[in-house]
Amino acid sequence: MMTGRVERLRRQSLEARPYISTERAELVTEAYAQTVETTSVPMRRALVFRHLMEHKAIYIWEGELIVGEKGPAPKATPTFPELCCHSLGDLDIIDSREKIPFAVSPEARSVYEDKIIPFWRGGSIRDALFAGMSPEWIAAYEAGVFTEFMEQRAPGHTVLDDKIYRKGFVDFKGDIDRSLERLDPANDPDAGAKREELEAMRISADAIVRFAERHAEKARELARVEKDLGRRAELERIARVCTRVPAEAPRDFQEALQYYWFVHLGVTTELNTWDAFNPGHLDRHLHPFYRRGLDDGTLTREKAEELLHCLWIKFNNQPAPPKVGVTAAESGTYTDFAQINTGGVGEDGSDGVNELTYLILDVIEEMRLLQPSSSIQVSEASPDAFIKRAARIIRTGFGQPSVFNADVIVQELVRQGKSLVDARGGGSSGCVEVGAFGKESYILTGYFNMPKVLEIALNNGVDPRTGKRIGPVTGDAAGFASFDELFAAYEKQLHYFIDIKIAGNNRVERLYAERMPSPFLSILIDDCVAKGKDYNDGGARYDTSYIQGVGLGTMADSMTAMKYHVFDRKTLRMEELLGALDRDFERSERLRQMFFNKTPRYGNDDDYADDVMRRLFEAYFEAIDGRPNTKGGTYRINLLPTTVHVYFGSVTGATPDGRRAWQPLSEGVSPVQGADRKGPTAVLKSVAKMDHVRTGGTLLNQKFTPQLLGDEKGLDTFVSLIRTYFKLGGHHVQFNVVDGATLRAAQRNPDQYRSLIVRVAGYSDYFCDLGTALQDEIIARTEHGSF
Amino acid sequence: MIKGLVFDVKRYAIHDGPGIRTTVFLKGCPLACWWCHNPESQSPLVEMLFMENRCIACGACLEACGHGALSRGMGCPAADPLRCERCGACAAVCCAEARRMVGRETTVDDVMAEVERDAAFYEQSGGGVTFSGGEPLMQIDFLDGLLRASKARGFNTALDTCGYAPWEAIERVRARVDLFLYDLKVIDDARHRELTGVSNELILSNLTELSRRGHAIFLRVALIPGVNDNDDALRAIGAFASRLLNIKEIDILPYNRLGADKYERLDRAYKLAGTLEPPDERMAAAAQVLGGFGLNVRVGG
Repeated sequence: MMTGRVERLRRQSLEARPYISTERAELVTEAYAQTVETTSVPMRRALVFRHLMEHKAIYIWEGELIVGEKGPAPKATPTFPELCCHSLGDLDIIDSREKIPFAVSPEARSVYEDKIIPFWRGGSIRDALFAGMSPEWIAAYEAGVFTEFMEQRAPGHTVLDDKIYRKGFVDFKGDIDRSLERLDPANDPDAGAKREELEAMRISADAIVRFAERHAEKARELARVEKDLGRRAELERIARVCTRVPAEAPRDFQEALQYYWFVHLGVTTELNTWDAFNPGHLDRHLHPFYRRGLDDGTLTREKAEELLHCLWIKFNNQPAPPKVGVTAAESGTYTDFAQINTGGVGEDGSDGVNELTYLILDVIEEMRLLQPSSSIQVSEASPDAFIKRAARIIRTGFGQPSVFNADVIVQELVRQGKSLVDARGGGSSGCVEVGAFGKESYILTGYFNMPKVLEIALNNGVDPRTGKRIGPVTGDAAGFASFDELFAAYEKQLHYFIDIKIAGNNRVERLYAERMPSPFLSILIDDCVAKGKDYNDGGARYDTSYIQGVGLGTMADSMTAMKYHVFDRKTLRMEELLGALDRDFERSERLRQMFFNKTPRYGNDDDYADDVMRRLFEAYFEAIDGRPNTKGGTYRINLLPTTVHVYFGSVTGATPDGRRAWQPLSEGVSPVQGADRKGPTAVLKSVAKMDHVRTGGTLLNQKFTPQLLGDEKGLDTFVSLIRTYFKLGGHHVQFNVVDGATLRAAQRNPDQYRSLIVRVAGYSDYFCDLGTALQDEIIARTEHGSF
Repeated sequence: MIKGLVFDVKRYAIHDGPGIRTTVFLKGCPLACWWCHNPESQSPLVEMLFMENRCIACGACLEACGHGALSRGMGCPAADPLRCERCGACAAVCCAEARRMVGRETTVDDVMAEVERDAAFYEQSGGGVTFSGGEPLMQIDFLDGLLRASKARGFNTALDTCGYAPWEAIERVRARVDLFLYDLKVIDDARHRELTGVSNELILSNLTELSRRGHAIFLRVALIPGVNDNDDALRAIGAFASRLLNIKEIDILPYNRLGADKYERLDRAYKLAGTLEPPDERMAAAAQVLGGFGLNVRVGG
């Protein structure tokens, strides 16, 4: 049940419109100007962080119980000029674009014009990143073969474990001091660099404590003038909480939540890390505080629920930082991908569901907010009641929570070399990515457009959209005598572009390691303190780099179509096919229909097509998995799209699956939109044929009509469907429970459907905020109706 | 090898018995109910379905037809039913799937290979395989083979039947059927003849026999506005059903118009044109009438 205060705060969050706040940009610029160039980079970053924590204005809204905000109002969004300095032109676009705009006031514009742009122009990470890339990298990037995640956002993709519930920053400082004492300059040539890093962490630890104290001061100030006695007591309590945490370990439920929120603000203010930041297994971490509070009478279920509501609203108040260019296209959303995990397994492999799990699910259902995102982690050990409770939320149709296979996630992490305990402490974050929470830096480096690579292979290294040669010569496709020859050409192009991407990534990693360390985040992730190394420089216990494959369904169907018609049945000549693709199927409608209707397709439990999919999966895996990154870690693959399948589609010509030029690609590991004709069990079986354990996450979308989940039987069936998919080895599945008629109506009358939330990729979004191409694409995703 | 005529296999059928099921539709039915939403299931022969809106007028079917049954019309080729031999040559080349053959001759092994594919889902959900139609009892040898093969695999089986078959046919298979989904339309025999083309005497006596022998039965009543949705008709069904044993459940299924345009594609008249789907309140009221007879009623099956 929402209390009056929660209803008010929630409404305030929903009604707030995102706008650009220049406060952070101004403070950062000031801090850089004040610190001398000779200061070490980590130290300089720590001083910038301290300046922010000491000078950011402090706000406590009426009725709030959890305090702290990034800007002067809900959805006032900071910018990060040291990473990407927006030009005035960028600001105009951000302000006026139809989708995902942020208002830019004339004052903000002039702050940028007078102070920010003159200081940062040409000096941001983004400038350095593009300036140093090879011509081959630039050509591939411009062709849309891959994207670059770090061109305007910092490496993040990390989730917190339970350490903040056990230790305060005073304790962390003790750890830092012990590391400093252990330094051995006589025998360790890196001791100097480690000292700088550790000192920077120390400053950052003090800074976050100071930030909390300033909130305590603000609360006391407000309490002094507060007339309402109840509110005055609340403000006094807030002051006590902010004095205690995060300096020291939390003692109760409210302190634990407030502590997390300060940490969240610290991490996402230090840098604009991808996937924001997130507390991970919130039910597991908070349960001891919850139980203790109930037992000693200091907490009630209702009070805990209200506090969780307040935390949820805090998440929703923070849109993802404004993005521009390709990054805006690949991740066109306000969502910043903080994904709260529930369920899963404990350290000993036992069922992780507890009483707080169900309370958190209640909160998810009642809040019905875009942020934070949420997931259930389903293990063999999980009770059916847990899945069914989640299914009741899923059927309300806002795409949350998504559903993960906790047991397969543990296997994925163990295969990558994590200890079993670290693996069980891990889970999913962002869209579907796995990580060992609190111990890993797992960086998504960019999406990779597989169908574009095929297109280049079919054109002997030339991108037909521009006519430029950007890949190696792999032979005239019309001359391929067998499917294997075609496949070999594709693989050769694939390796060529992966090599380019990884060479570029290595540069980007060094750029962040050398110029943009994050000492505050480094305190929170093991073993940065112990090693005296930054999160962005290999400090984490595990360091993984991902290249996210996109368009597997389009690829599977395209390759299958050629294998089937050109090579196996020999009823179609390659020249004829290439000509049709070149003409975007003009005058070849019959051929296009043949690819749709008379060709085996992925997603129908048809081994002919599914075997091709598996071979493509293996090729992608072989091209990437096991390569070293520059941080002592390893490259892995995952398969997810966010919104990039629309952008990638827009640069990719017609494909042999019958897809017309510039249309969206398939997303995640889902079949091509509309290609799956045999219902959800066939889709799940097809998708389960790939070895999910050798990925770091796969994304499967399923669209259901509400009727399918209408009654108890529907819910039971749904549980069985999920359980079976997971037994077969699937990683993740998410459901859009909304009928096509509703979506089409929303497209026609957006004003009447502003609140309609749908599942996009690994996250939900307002349907009306999506571009038309993506809206069409979501409507086209197969709607599994009632039979 | 016994062969049979199947017109569809639907996976993830969740309204045809417990759990997640695969429903195999056998072609041919002795009844011709006005509201039948699978009119293509009635004839025991292969039929051709034409969906004009899908036709891209490529002309491939004209070339493929060896019987001179197709002629170039105003865009889409038109078929002459008298000349068509139902050989399927046109459908085989129709890339747009505008021409589709309804019904394929197949074997028990082939059907079972398809059914086998979702075994993991049946095991998890307590589901299995359902044989529906048409009227599966019309192909009794084939049905018997399918049921034997299903039982050999340990699958739960359900038989969706209109009950219009000689008792001997039912007797032959009933031991291998875990659940009967038994249709009841109207109790009044004259009205039954008018609406379905046959008397319900055999249907009701077979149902009584099955119930007496202890078989698990779900009764299924399609609620057709203006046909059997009045309280008298429902009370007659309720009174009859309440005298039977082993009726686990009575499902009332709302009439749907999804089948209406199939009649057009088959070039047949639809007698219920203009009938609307019953509103939820009507379904609830019908459930209440039947519930009054002490029956376990479910709306929607």
